[in-house]
Amino acid sequence: MLADDLRGMFYVGLKDLRAYYLKPPNISWGILFPFAFVLAFAIRNPTDLRALVPGLIALTLLFGTSSMEAIVIAFEQRIGSLERLFLAPISLPALLAGKLFGGMVFGLTVTLVVLVIVLIVFGAASVNWLLLVLAILLSAAAFSALGAFVSVAVKEVFEAQTLANFIRFPMMFLGGVFVPVDSMPFALQVIARVLPLTYAVEALRAALVGGVQVDMALDLLALGLFTVVLFGLAVNRLARILD
Amino acid sequence: MDIIQVSQLTKVYQSGKGNPPLRAVDAIDFAVPEGEVFGFLGPNGAGKTTTIRMLTGLARPTAGKASVMRLDLASDVTRIKKQIGVVPETSNLYDELSAFDNLVFAMQLYGVPRAERKTRAEELLARFRLSEKRDTPFAKLSRGMKRALTIAAALAHRPPLIFLDEPTTGLDVMSARNLRQMIAGLQKEGVTVFLTTHYLEEAERLCNRIAIIVKGRIVALDTVENLKSAAQSKTVIEMTLADTNNQVETKRVEGESVETAARAALAQTEGRRVLAIDTLRPTLEDVFVKLTGLSAEVMLAEKGRGGGNAGG
Repeated sequence: MLADDLRGMFYVGLKDLRAYYLKPPNISWGILFPFAFVLAFAIRNPTDLRALVPGLIALTLLFGTSSMEAIVIAFEQRIGSLERLFLAPISLPALLAGKLFGGMVFGLTVTLVVLVIVLIVFGAASVNWLLLVLAILLSAAAFSALGAFVSVAVKEVFEAQTLANFIRFPMMFLGGVFVPVDSMPFALQVIARVLPLTYAVEALRAALVGGVQVDMALDLLALGLFTVVLFGLAVNRLARILD
Repeated sequence: MDIIQVSQLTKVYQSGKGNPPLRAVDAIDFAVPEGEVFGFLGPNGAGKTTTIRMLTGLARPTAGKASVMRLDLASDVTRIKKQIGVVPETSNLYDELSAFDNLVFAMQLYGVPRAERKTRAEELLARFRLSEKRDTPFAKLSRGMKRALTIAAALAHRPPLIFLDEPTTGLDVMSARNLRQMIAGLQKEGVTVFLTTHYLEEAERLCNRIAIIVKGRIVALDTVENLKSAAQSKTVIEMTLADTNNQVETKRVEGESVETAARAALAQTEGRRVLAIDTLRPTLEDVFVKLTGLSAEVMLAEKGRGGGNAGG
């Protein structure tokens, strides 16, 4: 059973990558979009560009993993091909994990490109590599689970896109990408604390420029929790679609 | 040996606030032996697709029991899924993948060993006359080709049991004919086929036994011949008569037996020449009309309006 699930998960992810993700427009958009956003902010407030790097990496991960992920399931449900996966001899969590796997691999690929560019420009002397890998992987998992949850929460592709943007755009401004969370009004800080992007930016900042170890551990724990909760909710919703 | 056994299988859908629950399938019983082509007929919304959805693990039964491939549906659904192939009413492979890649993906999902996948995919493409379309994306295939490839994908892991939901609906005459030949070929290979269709002629030609379902309940289940015999309470004789001016008239006469019907028919010739005399056997359509109160035309028209109703 476990072997069937692992195999199914791998091939569902691989199929999604081939069928939907690995298209030139997706790859170029996935890389250019976060750069364009950060550049626009940097031109308006030309402060320390290095301080924007964690936010740039986090945004690349958020959009890279969740953009397609948020519409794939709704799209397959619409055209009926999701039923093919329901008929396959794999469990629902494995099916959804396959979807997450596809989104994560794509998100990690575009993030790697962006990461290499920023490390060449700003240097890698102060990077904590282990923490960086953990922060990137856990952020990718949390954002991919967020995309999957959005995709199963609605029926139509346009609804998925609307819901994804409704969640992601406010998160971009409240998640500490451009403005540190500590400098925000208290009410906005409370909201920022329930957003996965906040923890991703903090963990990436700690990995790239250093920080307090306890805070880093809490950030990683929060990202892990977001992944588990969003994945669980998505599996539950998928089971209801099935019946 | 029965490959499918169904006992008191029921599916009730909650219809929402203020509406009574919909009993899509209502305590049905049937069994399908190995190697049979089993036809499941009924008007739109009768419960055909819901039954298939339950037997293939896509919907949970509200009550009753079923075993598929001698495995309990309630506890062994993943093992059942490994041994069945399903062709849904809509061809639902992946538009972006080629014909070949769609078949390979189907095999990957079902654990067909890597070494066999390429050969098996080429074999299926050849068998379904799609070799020339090997690298064509699914989206660019004709409707008939999409249907054939969807059936090929369902057979990719060599399942001993295949469910075909309206396989020829919407196909042109030639494509439908080719598909029927393929379905007949499956039986020769020992594959058990569970077939739902709106085309009575198709069911009559392909199926060993037929169940007719109306409003969630099975109202008849037997071989085509037995269903026809049961539907015929009287013998009907059809005569073609010609008078001295060569005016031709066709008359139908009923009788309790062939002998009494023939006597009654001959008594009605009124001196005219008998050009032809024949006993009429009921068709499957007659049986269907008698049991459902619907004509085949009405059923097909309903199908056209209803489309792919999940409750169908």
